[in-house]
Amino acid sequence: MAAAPDTGDPSKSRGLIGWIDQRFPLTQLWRSQVSEYYAPKNFNFWYYFGSLALFVLANQLVTGIFLTMHYKPSAVEAFSSIEYIMRDVDGGWLIRYLHSTGASAFFIVVYLHMFRALLYGSHRKPRELLWIFGCLIFLLLMAEAFMGYVLPWGNMSFWGAQVIVSLFGSLPVIGSGLVEWIRGDYVIADATLNRFFALHVAALPLALVFLVIAHLMALHEVGSNNPDGIDIKKHKDAKGHYLDGIPFHPYYTVKDLVGVAGFLLIFCGVIFFAPTFGGLFLEGPNFEPANPLQTPPHIAPVWYFTPFYAMLRAVPSFAGTQVWGVLVMGASIVVLFFVPWLDRSPVLSIRYRGPLYKIALGIFSVAFIILVVCGLKPPSGIYPQLAKICTALYFAFFLLMPWYTKIDSVKPVPERVTGHA
Amino acid sequence: MNDQVDHSRRRLLTAATVGTGAIGVAFAAVPFLTSWEPSARAKALGAPVDVDASKLEVGQVLKVVWRGQPVFIVRRAKSVLDQLGGHDALLADPQSADALQPDYIKGAARSVNPEYWVGLAVCTHLGCSPLGAFEPNNATQLAGTDLGQGWPGGFYCPCHGSKYDISGRVFKGMPAPKNLTVPSYTISADARISIGVDSAPKKV
Repeated sequence: MAAAPDTGDPSKSRGLIGWIDQRFPLTQLWRSQVSEYYAPKNFNFWYYFGSLALFVLANQLVTGIFLTMHYKPSAVEAFSSIEYIMRDVDGGWLIRYLHSTGASAFFIVVYLHMFRALLYGSHRKPRELLWIFGCLIFLLLMAEAFMGYVLPWGNMSFWGAQVIVSLFGSLPVIGSGLVEWIRGDYVIADATLNRFFALHVAALPLALVFLVIAHLMALHEVGSNNPDGIDIKKHKDAKGHYLDGIPFHPYYTVKDLVGVAGFLLIFCGVIFFAPTFGGLFLEGPNFEPANPLQTPPHIAPVWYFTPFYAMLRAVPSFAGTQVWGVLVMGASIVVLFFVPWLDRSPVLSIRYRGPLYKIALGIFSVAFIILVVCGLKPPSGIYPQLAKICTALYFAFFLLMPWYTKIDSVKPVPERVTGHA
Repeated sequence: MNDQVDHSRRRLLTAATVGTGAIGVAFAAVPFLTSWEPSARAKALGAPVDVDASKLEVGQVLKVVWRGQPVFIVRRAKSVLDQLGGHDALLADPQSADALQPDYIKGAARSVNPEYWVGLAVCTHLGCSPLGAFEPNNATQLAGTDLGQGWPGGFYCPCHGSKYDISGRVFKGMPAPKNLTVPSYTISADARISIGVDSAPKKV
């Protein structure tokens, strides 16, 4: 058949795009997802972190692919191949620091992204599934980061893997067999490193990308929440466009680019001037090779795991097992999935909530930061006690949520989004 | 030809096909799951390890590797052995009722030959390697930790602060739930130790 008949309809694309559009919904996708996807016009600073997470994911994928071109996933060669990347590969140091700093940046951005949801009730109906996809992404991201941390095969990689894999050993009955199955040996060994490599570079990134696509599809199905936590779909103009919405492109593509520029300013500053970030992003003991006979004097995971690690340590063993700490740590993640149903407030945004939620969220945030610190410190002095208190506060925030959100006072919610956007 | 669709027949056939397919997928998954088990090579490397411990001085510790795990061999003085029963009140499990150890390992000494203690240098909390802190009573500075005046001598785990006595028995209130594991081993009269080979049960 000949090319598309010229109907004179300006909305019908012609030329190469027209040729593609007849075979693939390119223009349709672009319009429905970008240029005519209406987002609330009152997005503020907190709405940068979603697009920044996508940006950091892209950074991790690209730098990761280039790192695999030089890295050797074997217990004998792994550590020296990292040294090789840092010293002998042109630009290798930059690619590796982009990847290692990117991991920390990913968690900073994701934690702020999740905090935004708690601020404005972005997890509430109809966005529950969107939130659940997000929680799954967070879970996979932790697995991905943990396995990535093992790959350099430094001494902290080795002992970190030892500690984390041993967690599964505390499960009754299946524990010890499960640990052997995960390790593929009687200890953390070459087999473990090799399979963690496979999971880190292929299986988990694939799953992550699929989940991110599902997260975005769910977002575009229900539309973004906004700082007022109100539905922008109620008010339309004569053309059927949302009065409180603006097209994602060019308005938010341009805004998000500013966010990316600001992010890169800080990100590059860290990469060029403080890539280890004082031992927080890359830990000192990991600059020596894995030594199965010598545990580093003080074991601490990378900062983004420390709140959960502090909770693990805060729970003492009793009845002859230390499974309780593991269960508490697991529960601290599982409870996130239920937040959309734990929150019983009639309003979404913190702007129209009463003092109880504001105080609760404030205490929760402080407790979380204290847990980060507790997990970094040795388990002595005031830290074990502090960790116990903050673990209780962490869970109280979620488990008491059905009550304090219900009895909390609320302010009237406006019909249209407020002007100070 | 009958245009009527027999829905119940169609449902049955669909269910049977899906069921058969699912069983096939389950069986096909088995080799992938078993590929994660320790390989034949890893199992072969788990063979017993022989050590001549006779050259150890009293109070010295030897760390050897068995199945890739560090194993302590400590030669204990007579005076240390005499005091082993003295701090039972501080221990979580003085009789090692809940510990992982062969059935020929018994009592406070937890060894075949009380002079030599053999145990995995793997903390039962999260698998770190404890440090030897055999000097009693003095405020030993290990990983910045003061073990205190009442310290009877033993092992200290630097990861989360678990303390064990010199028979690897854990103190009360520690993160570690169990005493240090004692592997199967034999010891000859001239202190040759084979780790991974079971001793005949001791005659009582």
